[in-house]
Amino acid sequence: MPICTQNVGRVMEWLNTILQGVLLGGLYAMFAAGLSLIFGVMRLVNIAHGDLIVLAAYIALVTVETLGINPLTSLVIVVPVMAAIGYVLQRGLLNRTLGDDLLPPLLVTFGLSVIIQNALLEFFTADSRKLNAGQVEIASIHIGGGLAVGVLPLIQFALAVAVIAALQWLFYRTALGRAFRATSDDQPVAQLMGLNNSHVFALAMALSLAIVAVAGVLLAVRANFDPSIGPARLIFGFEAVIIGGLGSMWGTLAGGVIIGVAQAIGAKLDPGWNLLAGHIAFLLVLALRPEGLFPKVQG
Amino acid sequence: MPERLLEVRALDARYGDFQALFGVSMDVADGEVVAVIGANGAGKSTLLKCIAGAMRAQRDAIVFAGRSIGGLPAHDVVALGIALVPEGRRLFPSLTVEENLLIGGQLGRRGPWSLTRVYDLFPILAERAKQPSMSLSGGQQQMVAIGRALMSNPKLLLCDEISLGLAPIVIRDIYARLPAIVAEGISLMIVEQDIVQALRVGNHVYCLQEGRVALAGEARTMTREKIAAAYFGV
Repeated sequence: MPICTQNVGRVMEWLNTILQGVLLGGLYAMFAAGLSLIFGVMRLVNIAHGDLIVLAAYIALVTVETLGINPLTSLVIVVPVMAAIGYVLQRGLLNRTLGDDLLPPLLVTFGLSVIIQNALLEFFTADSRKLNAGQVEIASIHIGGGLAVGVLPLIQFALAVAVIAALQWLFYRTALGRAFRATSDDQPVAQLMGLNNSHVFALAMALSLAIVAVAGVLLAVRANFDPSIGPARLIFGFEAVIIGGLGSMWGTLAGGVIIGVAQAIGAKLDPGWNLLAGHIAFLLVLALRPEGLFPKVQG
Repeated sequence: MPERLLEVRALDARYGDFQALFGVSMDVADGEVVAVIGANGAGKSTLLKCIAGAMRAQRDAIVFAGRSIGGLPAHDVVALGIALVPEGRRLFPSLTVEENLLIGGQLGRRGPWSLTRVYDLFPILAERAKQPSMSLSGGQQQMVAIGRALMSNPKLLLCDEISLGLAPIVIRDIYARLPAIVAEGISLMIVEQDIVQALRVGNHVYCLQEGRVALAGEARTMTREKIAAAYFGV
């Protein structure tokens, strides 16, 4: 009998690991969604994406400390601020780098990444920071069999699903989404139809950074952050996009979940395998299904 | 004489070092159909691109409804009332037929054209409204391209080789709908390689040859010999 209980305990432990991985995957999906959106609309690979997530986290930190509000409430301010930064950044800088060549935007956003990291270091030092969301951080729900899920991870996952669903709806059910798809298909003709590409791209970047804002705040509540952690978030985002298949929003969510679960399982086997397991899952998908698990069906 | 809607004055255009148009001048009157003919590479498409704002032009070289519009970006030109049906149709592949039409109408210019009117003009499109645009036949795609341009309620519609790659019967079918468009008070500028079709539909004809106007006049005064001379430069 003791052996049997032990087995049940072990199964529950694994279930727990996978569940936590799934919930973490929601956060990765959110890192990825903004990245996928702007690549889809304007073929821009934003190397500064991870650093923009960290920037959003610091803007949330300042907001929370100044106004004394809950981090989740600070979204009301951080989201519009990041969206505005996105619009201005695209119109003022990134639009000038777009063209037939993929390299200039890559180089410029790489430079931007360096600038953001160093500016944050200058203003906020290299100290690790964290946002405190209060009671909700330690609250959990028991779901039977000794399993419990934290309310906060659950909120994060629910937000990720909501963001992905909203993006999907926006892309396929609204005039703005139609404009995004048309511009993505054929820029010169979109312009002939009266769409100002500079404006459309800036709106896409604003939307992308609005999602980055949500991701940044969730990241800051979940774990410590400092100015240097952006590039690693960028990698998780890229991996989620590629596992899911370019252009597929729900695929991106699946990609995030796969990385989250792989990391959780890796960490359970050996704490040192946490990140490695995520990258291995990515490499496996890339080797076996280079187009991703759910590539967008054309036509 | 009806009022001039579009004046092209000594328009030059170049792709880098290559000059495609040399001092081209022409007029389009209100409600008129102008046909532009010429061999491959004569500069017909370049002319339309300059007018539509898709290519750089000197400001005063293009005057539309009394306003110099040369060099304005394409999205501003279409807002003023010039729509282009691009060569090769260029539908948005990831959009359905209806979404393509709606993109054309997203500026919200007032006028007679709406989804309903476009579907009246091309009934087959109503049946195919929810289909991906690239699943249609070439002729139907051309109808979408024309409908998409009409959705912006233009005063001047530029058509670039709408017969390209289509069967003769389909070409006749599409050309048969043009009078209904003109009847709504729209002027047409039609670029064609199919001279017979161009002469049949146009009030005025301009023949381009190596970037210059080689012949201009009323369609009914044109003879085969004159056109051949202007077309080939012999």
